[in-house]
Amino acid sequence: MQVRVLFFARSRELAGTSEASVTLEPGSTTTVLLQQLLQQYPQLEELRGSFVFSLNQEYLAPDEEQQLKGGDEVAVIPPISGG
Amino acid sequence: MSTSEELERLRAENEALKAELEALKRSQQPPAAQAPAAAPAANGGGAACPAFAPWDGMQHGLDKQQISRYSRQIILHSFGVQAQARLCRGSVLIIGAGGLGSPAALYLAAAGVGRLGIVDRDTVELSNIHRQVIHRRVGGEASVGVHKALSAAEACRALNSSILVETYLEGLTPENAVELISEYDVIVDASDNAPTRYLISDACCVARRPLVSGAAIGTDGQLTVYCHGEDGPCYRCLFPESPAAGNCARCVDAGVLGVVPGVIGTLQALEAIKLVSGVGEPLSRRLLAMDCATGRFHCVKLRAKSPACVACGTSPAITAATLPTYDYAGFTGQAAANDAAPAPLQLIPREERITPRQLQERLAAHPDALVLDVRPLEQFNICHLPGAMHTPYKHFDRHLDAIRARLATPGTHPAAAGTAATAGDAAGQDGTAEDSSSPSEQPPFYVVCRRGNDSQRALAALRRAGISQGVDVVGGMEAWAREVDTSFPMY
Repeated sequence: MQVRVLFFARSRELAGTSEASVTLEPGSTTTVLLQQLLQQYPQLEELRGSFVFSLNQEYLAPDEEQQLKGGDEVAVIPPISGG
Repeated sequence: MSTSEELERLRAENEALKAELEALKRSQQPPAAQAPAAAPAANGGGAACPAFAPWDGMQHGLDKQQISRYSRQIILHSFGVQAQARLCRGSVLIIGAGGLGSPAALYLAAAGVGRLGIVDRDTVELSNIHRQVIHRRVGGEASVGVHKALSAAEACRALNSSILVETYLEGLTPENAVELISEYDVIVDASDNAPTRYLISDACCVARRPLVSGAAIGTDGQLTVYCHGEDGPCYRCLFPESPAAGNCARCVDAGVLGVVPGVIGTLQALEAIKLVSGVGEPLSRRLLAMDCATGRFHCVKLRAKSPACVACGTSPAITAATLPTYDYAGFTGQAAANDAAPAPLQLIPREERITPRQLQERLAAHPDALVLDVRPLEQFNICHLPGAMHTPYKHFDRHLDAIRARLATPGTHPAAAGTAATAGDAAGQDGTAEDSSSPSEQPPFYVVCRRGNDSQRALAALRRAGISQGVDVVGGMEAWAREVDTSFPMY
């Protein structure tokens, strides 16, 4: 199955793209997806612990794990502080 | 009553209202319903209306001039005269008169918020104005060098003289934050650095004030209302750990498209107006992330506040008593100074570094010298030294071989044999860098960046890769532009 990943702000710079489609085994969870993202984009490691992760436009706590389904959309949103 | 008697009566009433307004200001209480109504008369703006004219059957407190000025939003079905009256009685504190604060302050002034506070300790620089559009003088001259809070206040008063604008030139500190924030109904975070963002959020938790938080960098923007109602989360609920200092890009380093904070700051004014007037649904428990480059507006539904939060949880560690001594710089690993240059590094030994003046002398003596410029491409493209080789520090490790090859190729920067040159030159005499490339056969090799920090990091990377050549230029191109070539454009 495929899920869509949106990268915002610094995560977009680190991943080098604003959007990616990730192929996962059916039944994979958000934890598996995050691990796969870190393998695919190791630079994202530097954001660990300080970004908002959302599934289908709903916030997911750092210790939370949810089952994904094909067509789901997740977003990586690190804080920005400029103004 | 004759016309002159009527005039006398109005004058007396006007004076009384002015005195009342001053008393209210002194007691630092938000002005009561009458206060904004008094202001138009104070400006000498034609026919003043008493605060409660006989026609005011609704007791909303707005005078004729206010009704005329705000008529287009008053007649709006979802807004109305009572919402406008709440706006005119209300107060908003805007922290930061920069890219976000500029449109926020202008729209809040225009909308008739009765009392605006503007906090900023910086002065206007030419590089601010592409986004900080509030800073302009009548007559078109930019207000470079003027205190941002004063310049912004002047623009707000010029737009709407019937409101009260207060300025705070000392900036927001842990010592003054709670007291200052308590004096306003709604707080707008238009700051530009992480320590101030945590400070504002904490102080809003302590003072129980809703916080309209906006941020912008590059082509990205974010917007949320924190600390709203009983269960609205705060900034710490969402970001309990401060991002690493290197991930908090600042406008001065990363750049920002001027209109991006313009959009976010305008949305902040909108949220503040909704909160003060009680109209609409505030963007609480929702985070808007905006990627302007792709035109993507992504709204994420957030949770209620975290019971474990140290600022707004069930047993907060950050309180009115502890906040003034909290170490925000320590927590975020960053100083609150905005747009300030980073502290100079001392990574490379002094004897392997030279001043820009010395670089100028050496380049004159050795036209074959190689200058490696490690600034980002966008900065290199603005201006660079003639013939400089460009390898951005960001991707330095990928290009070590290319640099090694370039250094080893006599043809690319020849002079080669016999350029044992530098011994005894100016640098040698004052005990600083003697070219590590001499007295070998290779021509001198210098590394520059914007301010002299990345060039040292680049040199350290070269050393690790076994390249012993190379001399660092202290202060980088900024120092070059100051000390050697004042025509060299800086940014």
